[in-house]
Formats: sequence, structure tokens, C-alpha cells
Amino acid sequence: MDHFPTSWGRPRNDAIDAYGTYPIAQRPYNGPKDAFSEGVQHTQQPIVTGTSVLAIKFKDGVMMAADNLASYGSLARFKDVQRLYPVGTHTVIGAGGDMSDFQYIQSMLDELMIDEFCAQDGHTLGPAEIHEYLAQVMYARRSKMNPLWNALLVGGVKDGKSFLAFVDLLGTTYTASTLATGYGAHIAQPLLRSAVETHEHELTEAQARQIIDDSMKVLFYRDARSINKYQVATITAAGSSISDSITLETTWDFAEGIRGYGAQTE
Amino acid sequence: MFRNTYDSDNTVFSPQGRLHQVEYALEAVKQGSAAVGLRSKTHSILLALKRSTGELASYQQKMFRIDDHIGIAIAGLTSDARVLSNFMRQQAMSSKMVFNRPVPVNRLVSTVADKAQVNTQEYGRRPYGVGFLVIGQDQSGPHLYEFSPSGNSYEYYAMSIGARSQSAKTYLEKHYESFADCNLEDLIRHGLHALRETLQQDKELNINNTSIGIVGPASEHENGVPPTGPFRILEGEKIDAFLGTMIAKETEAPAAAPAATGDEDVQMAE
Repeated sequence: MDHFPTSWGRPRNDAIDAYGTYPIAQRPYNGPKDAFSEGVQHTQQPIVTGTSVLAIKFKDGVMMAADNLASYGSLARFKDVQRLYPVGTHTVIGAGGDMSDFQYIQSMLDELMIDEFCAQDGHTLGPAEIHEYLAQVMYARRSKMNPLWNALLVGGVKDGKSFLAFVDLLGTTYTASTLATGYGAHIAQPLLRSAVETHEHELTEAQARQIIDDSMKVLFYRDARSINKYQVATITAAGSSISDSITLETTWDFAEGIRGYGAQTE
Repeated sequence: MFRNTYDSDNTVFSPQGRLHQVEYALEAVKQGSAAVGLRSKTHSILLALKRSTGELASYQQKMFRIDDHIGIAIAGLTSDARVLSNFMRQQAMSSKMVFNRPVPVNRLVSTVADKAQVNTQEYGRRPYGVGFLVIGQDQSGPHLYEFSPSGNSYEYYAMSIGARSQSAKTYLEKHYESFADCNLEDLIRHGLHALRETLQQDKELNINNTSIGIVGPASEHENGVPPTGPFRILEGEKIDAFLGTMIAKETEAPAAAPAATGDEDVQMAE
């Protein structure tokens, strides 16, 4: 028991100590911390970064793609990084932005899904719930001036409904039948829209795959932070699968004819 | 004078292996007026008997809405019930905000039971003096749970708590097999019959002393209920139609109402 009268009668914080488990003396301190104690640790900029993620809806579900590169500035530092991650059986998230923050998000979601699994009561978190959770976490972190520096796509299928939505480091969310993050939002999104919009419910998996492959190829030609190696995730009512890395066939003959910059001597 | 050596502290077992403070808390539930809960394949319902302290006083509220899909009926200390229902509302809101998902009923009941259990184990605390019947619906359909201050929670087809609830329980045990396929009107009629068993000799159910809580699609006697069938509490004129469906006791099978155990007053077992 806490014999100091000054600690008596403090309101409990149900958000932190929902069950009132702790004796009063051991309760977590909810007051302000030293103003500078965490200041220097806030994320000011991303360090090791991934580039675009693309995703579209098709007849049976959602397809998502991201390349395998994690850049260190403009240096192509890590060339076999998986930027698509399955969460539960019917959801996949894809991340651009800081890869260490993405790894943190992965372990956070793993923990969440284990907690959910341990309840063993038949209730599961689907893509919509995971997206809402991520949105709340991202917004909470940005409100602490310490954002998780990512742009995330969440795609999945639950109860026969496909779900695709975006959330970024500010906690901004939106949803559409085609989504792209980063450079892809400028280069690939118009291509995806013209190929997908209005016939989301007719596109077959093969057609969706063709649209994704074409867009990834365009992105590789245009985006200097991309690599010609990428993975594709497919989520249907049957579950999610993430492909092995695919290497793009590209040609650079046309580059010979380009004049005006580079190593040409004439 | 009656004195019990092992009841001054809830963390000390008696030589018989009992926690007297916890048992006293269970007695507090039996002091409250009765509440009855029933479940069918489509609906969960609560019925409760409201008390008033006298002719000039209003009737005490017995049911609380926790969220659109969950409601409770209480028996015991109203002030403890308000603390716990506040907690349950917070949990429900938290689930809505963090996951955009209505909290699953079983999780909410387990959480509040865990909270109550801590009070039976830690020095310097007392158990809550209130029991709940919780109804709600989620992806797995309608549910009925009982929560008690000992930290137990169980799911039931039908249950009653509070003063003279044994009489209602006897009625429910006799008829529960038919509840699953009942329509809402029949289910409420069964509930009213069960609740009637808890009344004292000269009392009757009326629109002032009865509350009905419903989760599930609307009844033919209700207006303006959304198709999702959220939790609603019916009181006053709105329950007149349901009271009218009751079958007078004399015409009923005479078997019911065995030895009313008179747990109106506190009687410690042993």
C-alpha cells in the first residue's frame, strides 16, 4: 500500500491500466516527462527508403506490387528487401518510405495478430480493421511530432468484400480501386486508373497481373530509385500469396540515340 | 452476536477454503430487484423489475446501453454498476475508434470480469457489489452473458439474477428448449412470465415497474427501429402491448413456482 497521502485518490487511467491491476504505488506515471527526454530521438527524415507501391482491385480481390530495393539516399543499398507483408490470412500491406519504420510496423502488427489469435473466439481482424488501426497509430505518432515515415497500402478480402486503402505518415487515409504511393502516384496511377476504373468487377487475375507488370516496367524506366526486381501479392477470398521476386526484361537500345547529356563525346 | 473471523479481508481464505468477502458481494447481487435474460436464434432480450423507494419516488433505472449492439441489466449496487458500465462504454468506444469494429460481446464481458477478479485478489480492495446480464450481437449472432462480482462470466440460453431470481430460473429451465426458435413476441412473453415469478404475492408487472431491453430486428409492436436491430430499452407505454400478451397465471400450467426460496433477505449459507 502507498502510505503517501499525496498519491491517494488519483484517478486511474483506464487506457493504460484497464484492469486496475497495479497497486497504487506501482501505477504508471501519467504526468509530463522532461521536455527534452525524447526530443533528439524524433524521426526528422527517412534514411533507408523504399519507393512506390502499386495496388489495384480486380474481380476476385486485390493485387499489390512493390520492388525489392531499399535505397540509402540515391545509393541502391539493399537489393533484396521485401516491401509487401502479409498480416493475418486475408490482408497484405505494402510500404514505401523508411524501411526501419516499416520493420517496426511489421513487428507491431505481428504482436497485434498474436493477441487476436490468442483470444480464440472466432473474431479476426480483417483488412478494414488493420487499416483503421494503422491510421490511428500513424496519426498518433505524427501528433507526437515523431512520425512513422511511411506511405502504406492495405489490401485484402473479408466476408466476400475486397478492401483497398491508403495511409501515410500524417495519418491521411483514402480509398480507391487503384492506389499508388510515392513516385508511382504520379507515374503509375494514371495508367492504373485508365486500365482499371469502371471495370474492377470484370478484370480477371491474369488481366490485373498484366496491368501491374506494365506499370512496374514503366516505373522502373522512369523512377531513379527503383530496381528491375519486384514482387506481386494477390489477395482473394482463398487467402493471400506473395510471389517470388520477378526480374524485368528491359531494353536500353533507345538510349544510344539520346544526345545532350551523359558520356557522349560528340 | 454473529461474528465471522475470516471476513474482514477479501484476500484471506477461511479454513473451509472460502473467501467470505466475495460471497458477501454475491449476496449484494441477490438484494437487487430481479433481471431476466433470454436468447433466441435472432434476438437477445432483457427484462427487469424496477423498484421505487416509495409512492413519491421515481423508479430506479435497471438497464443501460453500452453501445449500439450491447446493453446490460443490473442487480445490486447501482453506483458500482455505473462505474462498470462506464468502463464498458469506454472499452466499446476504444474498439470502435482503434479498429472501426464494434467490440465482440464475449471480449467485453471477459474484460469487465477480469477487472472484477482483480478486486477479489488484491489487498485493500473490495469486490464490486453488482451483477450484470449482458446482451449483444456481433458477427457470431446474438448473445446473453452473466457477469458476477466474483469475476465469473458465462454465456447462457437464459438466465436470471437478483431477488427471488430462483423462481424465474425455474420457469426458464422448464421452457428454455423452445426459446431458440421463438419469435421476438413469444420470447418477450416468456421473459415476462419468468419475471412475474420473482414478484411478491400481491404485486403485478405494469408499465411503470418493467423494463425490456432488446437486441435484434424490430417487433411488430415497435416503430422506427433501424434494420440492424440495435440495443434499445422499452419502458412506459411502449411495453403495454407486450404486457397484454401475457397469459394470466391461473390459466397456465400450475407446475411453476416451486418453493420460492425467500432470498429477499440476506441469508448467509452455512
